[in-house]
Amino acid sequence: MLTCKDFLRELSDYLDENLGAEARTQLEQHIAACPNCWVIADTTKKTIRVYKGMDPYPIPADVEARLMQALERKMAAKQPK
Amino acid sequence: MTASGLTGSDESVLVAQARQNDALAFSELVRRYENKIFRLALHITQNREDAEDVLQESFLKAYEHLDQFQGNSKFYTWIVRIAVNQALMKLRRRKTDKSVSLDEQFDTGEDTLVREIAAWDENPEQQFSREELGEILESAIQSLEPPYRSVFVLRDIEDFSTEETAQSLDLSIPAVKSRLLRARLQLREKLTRHFKRKGDNAFAYL
Repeated sequence: MLTCKDFLRELSDYLDENLGAEARTQLEQHIAACPNCWVIADTTKKTIRVYKGMDPYPIPADVEARLMQALERKMAAKQPK
Repeated sequence: MTASGLTGSDESVLVAQARQNDALAFSELVRRYENKIFRLALHITQNREDAEDVLQESFLKAYEHLDQFQGNSKFYTWIVRIAVNQALMKLRRRKTDKSVSLDEQFDTGEDTLVREIAAWDENPEQQFSREELGEILESAIQSLEPPYRSVFVLRDIEDFSTEETAQSLDLSIPAVKSRLLRARLQLREKLTRHFKRKGDNAFAYL
């Protein structure tokens, strides 16, 4: 029988679906019998989900302008004469 | 050809053209990835000025060393690796007066990983505006120590595999896995404060 510690150690691989069938079944049996671990698995899964769905952060226009200027200077120096 | 004419071009074609000193091709590669690289740099450094430096240094370095880029990995993976190194260097420089090193072996004991256990709604993020949610997520990431933050950002935000993350950060696969677990659990803990189901006693299950 898995302990809560065993469960916690395998949690990431479980959520990433990187476990073999047997280990997966053991974990699922543990979650079904242990409300605390069920909550931890569920809320960790949701944590990963909200971060994956995070809005893309567009680069500010002034930052992009300075990047392009720096690149142009570099490129001009590298261009064959 | 104008830069916009390159928008749909295959990445390997752009890299080959950029290697021939084609400035437009390289600019197109920059345009494709600048948003992601800036966000990554911002997440790791947690500082806008540092992130801008990292962004510039990364693309300038990439341009300079384009001949060293091996075609067997994706250009994006390569530029991320450069950016991560630049960002970690910034952090090291800023943290020289502190005792915590990025490479230090961290305590991986599980005992302190879970404190609060409370169920969340099905879609707890919908209780917040986009701005509020963004702030909650960013401030939770900010609270992670850099070794955990870097692993989490690469694995769960940039969607890198465990192997790619290990490579980019010069870590072993077990180290990536244990840091990822701790990062996820720490974030879960932070988010629980905002996302737990209203009316539930935080310790109802204990």
